[in-house]
Amino acid sequence: MTAIAGVEYTGLTGLRGPLAFIEAVPGLAFHDQVELTVADGTTRAGRVLGVSERAAVIEIFGPTDGLTLGSTRVRFLGSPLRLGVGRELLGRTFDGMGRPRDGLPPPLVVEERPIEGAVINPCRREYPREFLETGVSAIDLLTSVVLGQKLPIFTEAGLPHDALVMQIVQQAHAPGVERFALVFAALGLPRPVALRYEEAFRASGALGRMVAFMNLADDSAAERLITPRCALTAAEYLAFDCGVHVLVILHDITNYGESLREVSAARGEVPSRKGYPGYLYSDLASIFERAGRIKGRPGSLTMMPIVTMPSGDVTHPIPDLTGYVTEGQIILDRALDRRGVYPPVAVLPSLSRLMSDGIGAGRTREDHEDAARQLYAACARVERARSLASIIGGDELSEDERRYLRFGDLFETTFLRQDPREARSIEDTLSRAWRLFAEVPAADLTRLPADLIARYLPHGGAASPARSALEAAR
Amino acid sequence: MTAPAGHLIEISGALVRARCTAPVGLNEVVYVGDDRLVGEVIALEGDVATMQVYEETAGLSPGAPVELSGGPLSVTLGPGLLGAAFDGIQRPLDRLALSQGDFLGCGQHLAPLAPDRLWEFRPTAAAGAAVHAGDELGVVRETDSLDHRILVPPGIAGTLVDIAAPGAYRTSDRLGRVQPASGATVDVGLAQRWRVRVPRPFRQRLHATTPLLTGQRVLDTFFPLSCGSAAGMPGGFGTGKTVMQHELCRWARADVIVFVGCGERGNELTEMLWKLPDLVDPRSGRPLAERTILVANTSNMPVPAREASIYTGVTMAEYYRDMGYHVLLLADSTSRWAEALREISGRLGEIPAEEGYPSYLSSRLAAFYERAGRVVTLGGREGSVTIISAISPAGGDLTEPVTRHTQRFTGCFWTLDKRLAEARGFPAVSVEDSYSMVSADLEPWWRDEVSPDWAPHRREALTVLEEAARLRHTARLVGEDSLPDRQRLVLRVAELFEEGFLRQSAYDAKDASCSPARQVRLLSLLLDFYHRGLDALGRSVPVRALTALPVVAALARAKSTFGDDEIAGLDRLAIQIADQCASAGKAEMVEAVS
Repeated sequence: MTAIAGVEYTGLTGLRGPLAFIEAVPGLAFHDQVELTVADGTTRAGRVLGVSERAAVIEIFGPTDGLTLGSTRVRFLGSPLRLGVGRELLGRTFDGMGRPRDGLPPPLVVEERPIEGAVINPCRREYPREFLETGVSAIDLLTSVVLGQKLPIFTEAGLPHDALVMQIVQQAHAPGVERFALVFAALGLPRPVALRYEEAFRASGALGRMVAFMNLADDSAAERLITPRCALTAAEYLAFDCGVHVLVILHDITNYGESLREVSAARGEVPSRKGYPGYLYSDLASIFERAGRIKGRPGSLTMMPIVTMPSGDVTHPIPDLTGYVTEGQIILDRALDRRGVYPPVAVLPSLSRLMSDGIGAGRTREDHEDAARQLYAACARVERARSLASIIGGDELSEDERRYLRFGDLFETTFLRQDPREARSIEDTLSRAWRLFAEVPAADLTRLPADLIARYLPHGGAASPARSALEAAR
Repeated sequence: MTAPAGHLIEISGALVRARCTAPVGLNEVVYVGDDRLVGEVIALEGDVATMQVYEETAGLSPGAPVELSGGPLSVTLGPGLLGAAFDGIQRPLDRLALSQGDFLGCGQHLAPLAPDRLWEFRPTAAAGAAVHAGDELGVVRETDSLDHRILVPPGIAGTLVDIAAPGAYRTSDRLGRVQPASGATVDVGLAQRWRVRVPRPFRQRLHATTPLLTGQRVLDTFFPLSCGSAAGMPGGFGTGKTVMQHELCRWARADVIVFVGCGERGNELTEMLWKLPDLVDPRSGRPLAERTILVANTSNMPVPAREASIYTGVTMAEYYRDMGYHVLLLADSTSRWAEALREISGRLGEIPAEEGYPSYLSSRLAAFYERAGRVVTLGGREGSVTIISAISPAGGDLTEPVTRHTQRFTGCFWTLDKRLAEARGFPAVSVEDSYSMVSADLEPWWRDEVSPDWAPHRREALTVLEEAARLRHTARLVGEDSLPDRQRLVLRVAELFEEGFLRQSAYDAKDASCSPARQVRLLSLLLDFYHRGLDALGRSVPVRALTALPVVAALARAKSTFGDDEIAGLDRLAIQIADQCASAGKAEMVEAVS
């Protein structure tokens, strides 16, 4: 705290969008927190975005309409934006700036922390290697999440990402880990959607192990820029101070990016692609890179941001730059959704960069990585057979190609498709994969070592035509 | 603390302005505020200096003091660089962790090289000798695989007045004194400072004649890199850029590797820090960490330090080059560096050229890539700096400015293909969209050192792959069955090239790296099958009889069946190819006759 703390001034020199301009105040520092009191007595929080000898620019979190230059009072708090942290945050719902939204008094906090966080020294990071089970087959087997990873869900408007998020919120756990918590940050969610989430959190009992920060669609754009930082400050406290494994869901990063563009334009900055500021990448990184693990500390911070691809365009700056910062992506697909497959996870373009060191014997099961590769290879063959069939017609396909078409259908119905309330263990998911392998032409099971085939490929049963062929081949 | 040379008048993110009372130089390093944050002067106007600050600026107020360092951004060069990890302005991350804990704080000034560490110095020059810049004064065994030569720094020449006796010295100790023709004597020590934005001088630039072998077939055979050249490697996210960089870091036959993690993921650098000590250099049998310097400026670290990081990296690379070593600089990725440039330029209010990038983007890129080269050093040794930079084109669009300008200044271009990556065909280097302009220069080396077959086989294989790419378009329209047999054979052989030669798994114990001899042998086997297949077609053997030969599957698997020391196995395979192609189709012909 500096000498300026508590000093109050009256009068602004300008207002533009979410920005207010004032004459310079001695001692005012970059990124200092301010509080504005409007003529009607209401207050707005704000932060210093730039300061010089003569003037300062303040970004205002909250509605700015009705503000006047003459009568607005500005109080300086003498420190950067902070969030009070403590274990009592668990079970609570806050607005986008960390003020209680659930009608309860403010929680007891142990400490106030700057919401910008600090950079983890790369030498002190622990490489993430522990499996996080979502209970969703497509994710657990093919794009496994590990504790400390940042793995976004790329979706499109109209896809059932809300159901998937809710399912992950309810089912996510790390096998053998008791201290597990969730931090949910709504970034510009429409009110009906936010309401459904809040009700579901309460009804499912998930709320007890989570903290929610809700910035809604009609909340201010400037506030949206600090919501994820509040959420991450709370998550970092739980993870690195309390030793809890925390899963952070940021929903939706696209709204966040739009807000960044809005504030940037109001500041008159030079735009780069599609009007987004040139620092979009660095700004997103300052959020996503807060995921991780630290040597010698028991907790972890895992992040699953939701990114709605505008018009389904994965090359749009927000999904594009998100993809460059995060460690893989889970892509939802409209065609699968139209066929009624839930969750509509597009297997081929989805990827988890950190999975191979976080799965296998002692973590999930010995056959996990080989099974994932084999399933992946088979899905690639399905894709080829389907595109071939659409050109030359199903009748012209070879026997193997027709088998892959059947495999593709079975894959979607017995593996991918899952009830939004069904939590599958990794063992269940793996055995479903093995039942599918019985349908693959035996000669194509090249990703699976013989000992795993002997141990796991189902004997007899309905799915056995491949079996005899396989034995003949070996 | 010295008296402040000025005071801040404006703070806007990483950019601050100060009114200075003392003379300040462009690019001079400054210390800003009470925490003494490190910054650099990037513009001067009257008495107002504009500075970029390499640390978090929250909390700075107008009026805060600014101190001058007296010189531009420089790095310390000396023993102890190998195996260390630095940030973009050469702060030692490993030692910072000891002093500040898990998170990076501000205003910490630790010497880049451990000041208390003793190095065993063995002089090789004698007092009284005439010495010039680049001459060797002595040697320090920096790691078990590398002699660190202590050289007379650039710009110094004269008589060596005295030289330290063999023994253990700190990097700050004086090792000797040089008396120039005029003026005072100059001290030389184990370490020296060098300005990062100024290339270190050398005597003469040399042509490319030797390849920088990477162990990756698609690169060494089809799109080779020479010692001293530069390569750009563009690829959208998920195309395997990072895995490729890690593979190159592991297998490239360079003496020293400088890896610059420039605006990339923290966990990736952690993976390197975790795995490098356990990976063994195939040539020296020593841990790879001993030949590697890591510059880690992750995406969430201050942007100006990211801009500085590639200069910090390349300066260290040049330093080892001057000792006569072949150094490989891997930069992941230069797009993030260019974005740092754009971000600073935007805050300066400069008029942007394309996509918000400043108009000097191309000249900055040129200046960076020009620091690659195979040279005769000031001391008369041969050394090289080779640069491989990953590029992350926005939206995977290869026409964006960073990719396009990189193409202008690099001789090799390895395009990573999203479709190949999605089919998990790694390395996902696209044969159609990649090139190397040094392959002709390297033909003599391959002819003399490995095999005269390399050049002709390489050209023929590329021709087959090119024809197959064209035929695939046709086949998609008319169906493959309508193509003549020769064309169908080309398609099958191209697939065999792809599976049996181009694809190379980083996780395959026998095939993660491939020796030049094995590369040539594998390629000649595949072409041998192609030629014999063409002959067989001439004898009216149907394509399907050829592709059903057992040797085809063996050829596809040969890369993982026979390792670098099992080339004899490939020779046996050649006999099988000959036998089976010769007898191919006989059974069917017998059937047809009877």
